[in-house]
Amino acid sequence: MTDREVMAPGQVSSLQIRAEEDLLAARHAVRAAALEAGFGLVAQTKLITAASELVRNCYVHGGGGELVIERLVPPPRAGLRLTISDDGPGIVDPDAALVDGYSTGHGLGHGLGGAKRLVDEFHLDTGPGRGTTVVITRWVGR
Amino acid sequence: MTSSEIPILRLGKILLAGLLKELDDKTAVLFADELSRQVSTVGAEAVVLDITKLEIVDSFAARILVEIATMARLLGARVVVAGMRYPVAITLVELGLDLPGVETALSVEHAVNMLSQPGGSRDG
Repeated sequence: MTDREVMAPGQVSSLQIRAEEDLLAARHAVRAAALEAGFGLVAQTKLITAASELVRNCYVHGGGGELVIERLVPPPRAGLRLTISDDGPGIVDPDAALVDGYSTGHGLGHGLGGAKRLVDEFHLDTGPGRGTTVVITRWVGR
Repeated sequence: MTSSEIPILRLGKILLAGLLKELDDKTAVLFADELSRQVSTVGAEAVVLDITKLEIVDSFAARILVEIATMARLLGARVVVAGMRYPVAITLVELGLDLPGVETALSVEHAVNMLSQPGGSRDG
């Protein structure tokens, strides 16, 4: 999906995360969808940043995976839901991974917990050997 | 690829670099390396990083900025990050990233003024 493509309400699009370039492509796709959904500048920035954290985790820790962008329409509210999933090793201690400063990689350890704070709803499904799926939702006009 | 493709300009003892709209991880790392080399070879006293175009700063980009500032400080130079967009600032606060050790300025002009003042205090 490019910046120019318009995402209709209720539409779902997906993007494979296989290479480093896909991190930028994912940001572009989320930005385009956020613009289309009518998010303000701050909300857009928060959502794109959260997506960037999670997509990088998916690539770096999960060995790649998929980003699904879902445009939510009323009822009850308009919003955007992102599902980032991988079939990687999973997270052994999800509670610890959500604490700031926890890092097994090359970030600052604020990725997962930070992403959670940037959205309205956050769901983490993971476990050793099960891969990791994160679903985040942000509502328009919060 | 050995170059980050981010031009680094030299203005006297100040190095000035403008980060592009999209900062990918590889470019960021290459840029940090290249900048440290230049700080060292030209004996720069300060580095101004213009991030006006940067639409998002996530934890990876934040880490790079902090690393650049730390590295420059160890080499005796100051780093001023200039032109952060307000949604980026709001997002960084919520992420819990306050860029420790990184001086900031509203714009490149403010940064250069700040650096050219005797004593060079960030509040002066």
